[in-house]
Amino acid sequence: MSFPLILTQRMIDHPADSHLIDVYEGAGGYDVMRKVLSGMTPEQVVAEVKSANIQGRGGAAFPAGIKWGFLAPAEPRYLVVNGDESEPGTFKDRQLLERDPHQLIEGVIISSFALGVNHAFIYIRGEYPKPARRVQQAVEAAYAKGHLGHNIMGSGFDLDVTVHLGGGAYICGEETALLNSLEGLRGEPRLKPPFPAVEGLYAKPTIVNNVETISNIPWIIDNGGEAFAAIGDENSVGTRLFSLSGHLKKPGNVEVPMGLTWRELIYDIGGGIRDDRELKTWVPGGASAPWFVPEHHLDVKVTKDDVAHAGSMLGSGAVIVMDETTNVVAAAHRIVKFFAHESCGQCTPCREGTTWLENILWRLLNGAGRQSDIELLLDICDNISPGLAWPPKMTTICPLGPSAVSPITSIMTHFRDEVQAMVDLAAEPASA
Amino acid sequence: MPERQPAEMVTITIDGAAVEVPAGEMIIKSAEDSGTYIPRFCYHPRMKPVGMCRMCLVEVETPRGRILTTACNMPAAEEMIVDTQSEVVQKAQEGILEFLLINHPLDCPVCDKGGECPLQDQTVAYGPGESRFVEEKRHYEKPIPLSDLVLMDRERCILCARCTRFSEEVSGDPLIEFVGRGYSTQVITFPDEPFASYFSGNTVEICPVGALTAKPYRFKARPWDLDAIESVSMVDSSGASVSIETSQNEVVRINGIDNDKTNHGWLSDKDRFIFQAIHSDERLMTPMIRNEAGVLHAATWGEALDLVADQLGSVRGDEVASIGGANSTNEEAFALSKFLRTVVVTPHVDAQVGDSLRPELLVGLSNRAEIDDIDLADTILLWAGDLKEEFPSLYLRVRHAVTELGAKLIVVHPRRAGLDDVATLTVRYRPGDGGEVLRKLASNDEKYAAARNLLSEGKVTAIVGLPGRTEDAALPEAVAAYANSLPGAKILPLARRGNVFGALDMGLAPTLLPGRVHVGNAAGRAELESHWGPLPADAGRDTNGILAGLVSGELKALLMVGADPVRDGRDPREARRALSSADFVVSFDMFLNDSNQYASVILPVDGFAETEGSVTNVEGRVQKVNRIVPGPGQSRALWSILDELSVRMGGQLGAGNAAAIAKEIATVAPAYRSFNWDRIEWGPERDGVVMPDGDGVQPLQYEPSDPGLKAAGGRLTLHFGRVLYDGGTRIAHSPSLAALAPDPAVHLHPRDASALALSDGQIVDVVGDEASLHLPLRIDATMAEGAAYIPANLDSTWVFGATQVVSIANAGGGE
Repeated sequence: MSFPLILTQRMIDHPADSHLIDVYEGAGGYDVMRKVLSGMTPEQVVAEVKSANIQGRGGAAFPAGIKWGFLAPAEPRYLVVNGDESEPGTFKDRQLLERDPHQLIEGVIISSFALGVNHAFIYIRGEYPKPARRVQQAVEAAYAKGHLGHNIMGSGFDLDVTVHLGGGAYICGEETALLNSLEGLRGEPRLKPPFPAVEGLYAKPTIVNNVETISNIPWIIDNGGEAFAAIGDENSVGTRLFSLSGHLKKPGNVEVPMGLTWRELIYDIGGGIRDDRELKTWVPGGASAPWFVPEHHLDVKVTKDDVAHAGSMLGSGAVIVMDETTNVVAAAHRIVKFFAHESCGQCTPCREGTTWLENILWRLLNGAGRQSDIELLLDICDNISPGLAWPPKMTTICPLGPSAVSPITSIMTHFRDEVQAMVDLAAEPASA
Repeated sequence: MPERQPAEMVTITIDGAAVEVPAGEMIIKSAEDSGTYIPRFCYHPRMKPVGMCRMCLVEVETPRGRILTTACNMPAAEEMIVDTQSEVVQKAQEGILEFLLINHPLDCPVCDKGGECPLQDQTVAYGPGESRFVEEKRHYEKPIPLSDLVLMDRERCILCARCTRFSEEVSGDPLIEFVGRGYSTQVITFPDEPFASYFSGNTVEICPVGALTAKPYRFKARPWDLDAIESVSMVDSSGASVSIETSQNEVVRINGIDNDKTNHGWLSDKDRFIFQAIHSDERLMTPMIRNEAGVLHAATWGEALDLVADQLGSVRGDEVASIGGANSTNEEAFALSKFLRTVVVTPHVDAQVGDSLRPELLVGLSNRAEIDDIDLADTILLWAGDLKEEFPSLYLRVRHAVTELGAKLIVVHPRRAGLDDVATLTVRYRPGDGGEVLRKLASNDEKYAAARNLLSEGKVTAIVGLPGRTEDAALPEAVAAYANSLPGAKILPLARRGNVFGALDMGLAPTLLPGRVHVGNAAGRAELESHWGPLPADAGRDTNGILAGLVSGELKALLMVGADPVRDGRDPREARRALSSADFVVSFDMFLNDSNQYASVILPVDGFAETEGSVTNVEGRVQKVNRIVPGPGQSRALWSILDELSVRMGGQLGAGNAAAIAKEIATVAPAYRSFNWDRIEWGPERDGVVMPDGDGVQPLQYEPSDPGLKAAGGRLTLHFGRVLYDGGTRIAHSPSLAALAPDPAVHLHPRDASALALSDGQIVDVVGDEASLHLPLRIDATMAEGAAYIPANLDSTWVFGATQVVSIANAGGGE
């Protein structure tokens, strides 16, 4: 398996100080920016990103080049980098923000140039003080070097970058809630249309891209879109950072080419299950994703389409592995509790339904489950996500409510007997 | 009629039936207009959709298959296919209702909304029929006060954002907000900031559950016991449509009615809650006669009317004058006008109380605007009183035009006005300097170039009126004259009393005969004389002239019809002198007041909700008002009192009933030829009909003038502007509103305060020509320099009356 470490090579080479501008520039950093500002047109940059065919790394995996093409012509326009990394199990952007902020900033500069943006925002989740501090210091260093600000490198191109810290809400990772939050409003997803590319931040055309997506841009421009597209699998290209967690021998962030199988990712890259226990199930793409099980999914390829065909998603790249000792009802309860806690409260089904689901699961876990609770759970899920299909239909504005449905349908599909056992336990007389 | 751009029509299919709807209209409205009701909670036709409650889910066919979407934010497009009743939709609706109900307290038996509750009704129609929820419900402290008027029961709240959106989008005072998130989301005020909005009652009315309740109605009635009738609020002259609701012959609630032409369904809290005065114990119940000792005692109608007829008959007709009538219906005003001109035979008739504009300006303008012209304007010039304080319904309409329709707004006022926050441009000036500002605006003066540019781009609607009581009436007239010179401009001149425009149209003005005919119009007068017989040939005295005539003895007797010139006029001292000089004063009123303490006879009259008739609003729109409760005790309709009086005076009014008077109005008042009750009460013109200019209108000439109000010797010119909650009779007798009148204060610009070495909050002596007050000082950076602002109509401040300049000093005198 030979592939370039697009995102993490510098961190490996400079484990102590890869975040400093001198180290970055010493390793060729900001050269791509110079190349772009001195010799490329915005159209050429956009063309490279399109030919790279990079899918967004935030969760929805929408092709970034196509998204850029939707940007409306009105002025001013904004680029917003989504660093509100809050999906349980996801910690890849944290490493990029903390360990190589200049890679991101160079990506921001190149992207802004391509998009005709003169003010970019980097929105970082409130619980990430150290990454935010590192990015802020990096932005200041870039200003000091003249990489940001007025007339960058005499090119006539101006760019300001503002680093903004969130207030501690998962929902602000949803791009329109993020824009509301940036504007000082409640972090609630907006009705769409209009989409941000037409009416985004301050009702102006706005591109919202994930940290990892933008961090790939310098390499793509440096090496050409085709070089990027040649890495990985034909339907998902490039490398990707996965956050491996749970009952693995080697948890942590890994950069791997797209297109491995889950077996390779879990057993080769992740080192297999701790204490050599049996793999029971895993969450393939963040807490919102329906779970995979070894009987069906170990040889599915880790690409957008293959995972979607199998009924789940790669999402934010968070792989949470559970071994045979896991109480799956407890695991599902914990995930549902997270979504209930993070519901913004706008939509009735999500606001009321997620907490109801959480309460029923809590009763099941505590020996107060009823036989009817199984059907009830599924029907509440159905009222949040009609048909319980994948990709989910929604009775809500954004997918947060349906996200709470995924763990429940997962345990009902794969571990129904364990749920039933909980109910049976409750039915037994206490004295028995 | 103001024109609108017709929308492009598209054909969509709703539940299999093709319907033509305006492109871009939200499906929920298209469906409703074509007979398909889609259930909803958060959608409100006068606010932007938020898609939060999710009750209006429908299925729409798209190239990517059927999608489930909310109808409140799905715009109609050509060939769209909508299914409002599919299995998926019905399942979703049941699900939403179940979610809404799991934490709802279901305390319907003790909930004021029970019986008229959208949550109840839609649960019956679309709900699951049973509950599967066995967990503990969400609990909050039962109702907590959000303000002096409104209470919030968070357990009942379904978080639809109607109230929060109203206060942010419509009224522009977002004092209530969501806090918390998800399951813990609640609507609440900010710490130490009550929901003290002039429009808070609207949130109660649009709340789709019983979460928001208003004190005056709480636990007063069950909705199924209510009788209701449509009418028009007479708090100001904007013509807001209302529903008057009674239980056991008592008015218990006023709700707004969505009149597309006037109030869009919204009401100020003053319009909404002032009904409490109707049933005040202080209402006059019987005729009263003042005895030799000056003490009022109850009398029979016979005794009282004999005395009035005798007294009025004992002097020459033109020694009698009448003030008031602006709070009466058109029919009552017409009867009064006819009584005065044909039975008493006097020209001294004025519905305004000496603080307003020339009647010819108010009703005789050729470019007179309709309220809808506010929506059609590219630029609105507002040079009048603070609309938020004086014309809350118009305040909302201007706000809407600016924030939703993109109109530019220029506000010219001596201090911050309610619309400043949405104004494109604000101009501050010291009262007295208005003429100078206007001349500079109209010339090429650099200072007002930006305003001039705005006024030269597209359609202008100018709203003109008296910014405060120290301003000369010549100023708004000059502003109107300037606006008249702008191509295509429309002008809306303001006068505030409930039916003042109707009263002027009925000839309750010294220079106008019924139907907007000027007394100098010989042909017009001859036409009226052919119905009424000979009329006084000359123009009469206005209120200020009447008061002067009483003081000088040229006038002997006075009728006051719902008027209180002492409290309400230009100069309280002059009014007191006049009233005590008069030989005979008769007052037609609902309450005792500062003026009828000088009356020899006081006659109790029916008021709002007690009389049937019509009223005419600020734009000349005639609407029907209705009677739903009897007046208290022996009180009677004004027209019937006048009818009986005319018989005793040997005349004949011929006012058999209000409907007959309405017919006579259409016969003799040229501008009202097309007026009849049926037209405005039934059918498509229930929003009212604007009476056309008619053939009696005289072309009007205006001369821009400079009133030259100057303050010399370190004194300050007074800005004496009105506030909404005042010390007036009706507010004083509405317990819920009486406490809301603000504490008086005097406002100064920081530089003026520092020149006088005064600091914020200290008590100062404010000394005018004839009165002085101790008032706390407010340092107010929004003030024009060189001016002092005092609210004009508070219980303690109205005594300043005609004062124009004041000096201000530390009350302690310690320097």
